[in-house]
Amino acid sequence: MDLHIVWFVLWGVLWAVYFMLDGFVLGAGMLHRVLGRTDLERRVVINSFGPVWDGNEVWLITAGGATFAAFPTTYALMFSYLYTPLLLLLFALIVRGVSFEFRSKEEGATWRGCWDWAIVLSSFVPALLFGVAFGNIFAGLPMDKAGYHGSLIALLNPYGIVSGLLFVMLFLEHGALYVAVKSTGGLSRRAESLARTLWVPLLVVAVAFLGYTNFATKLYDNYLKAPVLLVAPLVAVAALVGVRLLLGAGNTLAAFAASCVTILGVVGTGVIGLFPNLIPSSMDALSSLTIYNSSSSEYTLQIMTGVAFTFVPVVILYKIWVYRLFRGTVTAEAVAADHEAY
Amino acid sequence: MDVLTLSRLQFAITSMFHFIFVPLTLGLSVLVAMMETRYVLTGNEMYKRMTKFWGKLFLINFALGVVTGITMEFQFGMNWAEYSRYVGDIFGAPLAIEATVAFFMESVFIGVWAFGWEKVGKRFHAVSIWLVALATNLSGLWILLANGWMQHPVGYVLRNGRAEMVDFMALITNPFGLLKFGHQIVSGYTVAGFFVMGISAYHLLKARNREFFKASFGMAAVFALAASIMVGVIGDFHAADVAKTQPAKFAAMEAVWNSCNNAPMHLIAFPDEKNECNLVTALPVPGLLSFLAFHDTNAQIRGITSFPKDERPPVLPVFLSFRLMVGLGTLFILLSAAGLFLSKNGLLEKYPLFLKLLVLCIPLPYIANQLGWIVSEVGRQPWIVYGIMKTSDAVSKSLEMSQVIGSLLGFTLLYGLLGFVDIYLLAKFARKGPEETHVGASNAFRN
Repeated sequence: MDLHIVWFVLWGVLWAVYFMLDGFVLGAGMLHRVLGRTDLERRVVINSFGPVWDGNEVWLITAGGATFAAFPTTYALMFSYLYTPLLLLLFALIVRGVSFEFRSKEEGATWRGCWDWAIVLSSFVPALLFGVAFGNIFAGLPMDKAGYHGSLIALLNPYGIVSGLLFVMLFLEHGALYVAVKSTGGLSRRAESLARTLWVPLLVVAVAFLGYTNFATKLYDNYLKAPVLLVAPLVAVAALVGVRLLLGAGNTLAAFAASCVTILGVVGTGVIGLFPNLIPSSMDALSSLTIYNSSSSEYTLQIMTGVAFTFVPVVILYKIWVYRLFRGTVTAEAVAADHEAY
Repeated sequence: MDVLTLSRLQFAITSMFHFIFVPLTLGLSVLVAMMETRYVLTGNEMYKRMTKFWGKLFLINFALGVVTGITMEFQFGMNWAEYSRYVGDIFGAPLAIEATVAFFMESVFIGVWAFGWEKVGKRFHAVSIWLVALATNLSGLWILLANGWMQHPVGYVLRNGRAEMVDFMALITNPFGLLKFGHQIVSGYTVAGFFVMGISAYHLLKARNREFFKASFGMAAVFALAASIMVGVIGDFHAADVAKTQPAKFAAMEAVWNSCNNAPMHLIAFPDEKNECNLVTALPVPGLLSFLAFHDTNAQIRGITSFPKDERPPVLPVFLSFRLMVGLGTLFILLSAAGLFLSKNGLLEKYPLFLKLLVLCIPLPYIANQLGWIVSEVGRQPWIVYGIMKTSDAVSKSLEMSQVIGSLLGFTLLYGLLGFVDIYLLAKFARKGPEETHVGASNAFRN
């Protein structure tokens, strides 16, 4: 068993699960002011992911930690080359986390309004930046043996922006569906209706992204070599169409599940296309960071594989348990009566 | 100023800020878990109110600890790429394990605990805060094993142009890391003990919720006394280990300039770095330093001058931080012992001055924690990994001044603002006291 490949798959899975889980928190965070017309409705949105958002964010920390442990050279270069976008991402994640905690701890409309806008902005920024960052990684970063030749502005190239828009739209759709499932009454209906509306621009951006990818990246090379891999993009597209059909049938829960599959499929499509690169170089193929030239030693990979295969299944079990525990809708009455609520 | 200096400053600011919140999380999670356990065992509603009141403060503090922790993980790659590349093979593992083993558990069960009062039975609810406490402490273990490796690298070989792990067991049984973990954990418990005693004292002075705060005080006093004694005991072993593994740091901690046998401990000293000697020394206790370091009054202590100039840590900050930390640690034992005595004998309210003193003492264990980290990290300089990599070789090569100036300003402003709001909220809810927090039938203020 080639542990480099095991860790490449794990790396892709960690990112995909992170986007699937934090995607709805980011989406709902962007939308909570639009969807929630009263203070209480906004609190319903925030409390709908209240018990789980922190655990969802840990998938990002684990993805970062796994990159460090399994592919330290990629970790070092990716994080230092993308210094400024990562910094903005960090600031946004920091603001988002405390905003949930702080927002309802004071009465004043100004206080809550400020934190509400902080939540909107700090949910939008990560969604966009993750998309821009992954778009640029798919296309390759301008790096060679001498170092990095890019800049923040250069990351905002057309393909990076399309990719950023795709992430924002995916998460908006995902968040709207989540709120539709988790809330009741007018709030739920508004979220469902918004999900239908958002689906059209999402489809447009998704088609643009898939088409543009053919010109801007080498992701499709792997699919030409092994067409069986086309399963990933096909699942993504089918799930995206499924979202709309299930919404039409009035089954928001199934539509949300389809949206989960869409996100997994999109990330899977990109990651499969990267193999065996983690970060391709757009300047010099020999400077690409691959799962072989940037990895840890065999011994470290063995230890980390043991740890991952022991603990990740346990994590998944109690994550499933906690989602079951907090299943069902969050109502305005329950939030108003709960002293521990956000 | 250059990228290296700015990056060091940024790491110092972000880690010290992060560490305003971590020690309280470590200790208060355990203390709240004890309170809730008492509630489950006795069915006494007061312990439920205690759990909720102190738990509220725990959560406000916890939020900032969590989000500022993400910065720590990212920064190794962002600012210290050469370090990450050189040691990632062995240093990345404990960080990834920390996330997998501890962070998931902590984040999932904090959700269950904060939102699950009506969703799970009261026994399981208490179990969930114990799981949070276990996870935060486990997270401390892994991060201190990582730091312990930077202090005293073990289980590696230098190969393929980097440090590669060859012995995972050596990494996780590194005495340096384990001693540091022990010392740190009980330091966190001390912070929590004094936090609860101080806030309880505040309310007792106002004669509000007297039974509630006397009971809180009593629990916290036992906790703080046990913890602060352990801080000293483990700290003593830790310092002896430092004397063996990092003689240059030890020499700086004690301002020993010239190697000598039967080294005395000067109760009063002040180092003069320029002239490589002490400006003042007074009240020597013969042989004590040799004894403390090697449990042998005749043992040799290496002096700072026995190290090449480019391998010496800055002496003054390390010496002063260490002295002050030890002094504070001693004070904590005395104060918590007095607090426990008065609390056991129902005399607390007879000594309002003592209560006032305890309110003022809330920040002191925080300061002691920060001082300990100054000793640890500044004392390791100029090395980032003791003996194998210098801090100056560790910084990212691709960084430009403008990037680091921007990030440093950004962190300072953002952290300053959020820290201010967090402390404001902590103070607000601490002052409000349990009755309003709990009853809050109108509940408007908090929701």
